[in-house]
Amino acid sequence: MKEFAYQRAADIRDALIAGGGGARYLAGGTNLVDLMKEGVEAPTRLIDVRRLPLDGISEAADGALVIGATTTNSDLAAHPEVRRRYPALSQAVLAGASGQLRNMATVGGNLLQRTRCAYFAAQECNKRVPGTGCPAIAGAHHNHAILGWTRSCVATHASDMAVALTAFDAIVRYETLDGAGEIPLSEFYPPVGDTPHVETALPPGALITAVVLPGAAASPRSRYRKVRERASYAFATVSIAAAFTEGSVRIALGGVASRPWRCRTAEAFLLDSPGSFRAAAEAELSAAEPLPGNGYKVTLARNLIETVLKELQP
Amino acid sequence: MTNHHRSEISLHVNGVTHRLGVDNRTTLLDTLRENLGHTGPKKGCDHGQCGACTVLLDGRRVVSCLTLAVAAEGAEVTTVEGLAGDGELLPLQQAFIRFDGFQCGYCTSGQLCSAVGMLAEHAAGWPSSVTADVSPDGPTPVLDAAEVRERMSGNLCRCGAYPSIVRAVLETEAAG
Ligand SMILES: Cc1cc2nc3c(=O)[nH]c(=O)nc-3n(C[C@H](O)[C@H](O)[C@H](O)COP(=O)(O)OP(=O)(O)OC[C@H]3O[C@@H](n4cnc5c(N)ncnc54)[C@H](O)[C@@H]3O)c2cc1C
Ligand code: SF4
Ligand code: FES
Ligand code: FES
Repeated sequence: MKEFAYQRAADIRDALIAGGGGARYLAGGTNLVDLMKEGVEAPTRLIDVRRLPLDGISEAADGALVIGATTTNSDLAAHPEVRRRYPALSQAVLAGASGQLRNMATVGGNLLQRTRCAYFAAQECNKRVPGTGCPAIAGAHHNHAILGWTRSCVATHASDMAVALTAFDAIVRYETLDGAGEIPLSEFYPPVGDTPHVETALPPGALITAVVLPGAAASPRSRYRKVRERASYAFATVSIAAAFTEGSVRIALGGVASRPWRCRTAEAFLLDSPGSFRAAAEAELSAAEPLPGNGYKVTLARNLIETVLKELQP
Repeated sequence: MTNHHRSEISLHVNGVTHRLGVDNRTTLLDTLRENLGHTGPKKGCDHGQCGACTVLLDGRRVVSCLTLAVAAEGAEVTTVEGLAGDGELLPLQQAFIRFDGFQCGYCTSGQLCSAVGMLAEHAAGWPSSVTADVSPDGPTPVLDAAEVRERMSGNLCRCGAYPSIVRAVLETEAAG
């Protein structure tokens, strides 16, 4: 690991001022410290934001739920209002990592965790150094993307939490020295294109301060289901967050793309043909482009959409 | 001249405060083992994947291999050495002995710290990934074998002592 300076941010402004150049914010450290050990990340300075007063969950006047960026994954999953109104979010968080890691991991850090593509951790590739190629396409890619990928990169985003947040149309709030901003989760992770190293729409040095769950998206009839290679403590092969709200169905898939995949095609299909779950799933997955080693994900995703919606329908 | 890559910190471990200088890169696990002589927490993977290094930080279970020592400054650290205090072993520790909750023992300190944290989480009403209904308005999930296995899945045991570990945890819970 490269040497680095360490400081605890006194307040948001202090963090933002220190945040430029080769600095990185440190939250739970469960991804950043790991990647520093691997040499994938080599910050010159760590700015510890974990003790900033950005934790906790509160209800806004318009009924939205505002989740502070340093709220731990455990506290998010255990919160009564999250469990009551957005159960799929609680389930998604509980399906991730382990009890120990969820006690450390924060909401902001979870959104910004890097891919679990094994090549990415082991060697230079397009995502780490543009132009160095993507060994996964001709190599081991059984756990890689089937939707929205390009020849530049076929990695998936690993977060479970972000899949549920995408289904609920959550909004990311951030601060920069030039002021505050908001990005809907649907635009937070840009398309891969030929820039897989550009992973979010956040401006440089931005500090995530909160994630907002719109009140209108609340759905006690929502669920997260995750398929993985062992029963617990493993990343998703494919996962789904689904929610029935007044007059609409919301569906997002995990493990299939460089970002949580909102199934707009299937959702629109179901507005015209309510209950046609299998046909809706097939319409969504007609866009899939599996590689030789990951075609199973198309079948898995289709079956997940169909079964979860069947179980969940009012 | 100050070295920006080192920090002077105080760590509270099992009720004792230590002042020490650390390279910022040092993990809490390495500091506990190499500097403070607490070799209870074990290094299995050093990447958050096995749970052998589990300690309690302000009462919550965490993996000490992904916690930087500087970042733990000011927190209360409890290692397996501190679970029992000066007195008798905890009922959980006694149950591990009674039911053979280990073979080689390498994962045991992590299993014990994890189980202490996990029982507190369950007592606080936290659901798990196998809890059928996460709604806060239903009954608190009963801690059965499936719940224990899921909640303890962050602790691997290469000897496969899982059945006895689950039994020891369940017996402890039942004895209240
Ligand atoms: C063994 C293992 C298994 C795992 N399994 C799963 C799983 O099944 N599902 C899953 O979803 N995740 C899983 N994870 C990933 C884990 O959820 C993430 O590592 C964690 O959520 C990251 O949060 P953190 O607070 O620790 O982030 P850190 O590691 O502290 O930071 C991650 C990144 O976010 C940046 N950052 C942090 N906070 C902010 C902020 N407020 N503003 C701007 N930037 C910020 C940091 O600079 C860094 O680049 C696993 C991790 C491990 C080690
Ligand atoms: S899939 Fe992306 S992260 Fe993996 S090797 Fe290819 S470019 Fe790198
Ligand atoms: S050594 Fe920390 S989890 Fe394996
Ligand atoms: S007792 Fe040997 S690893 Fe668990």
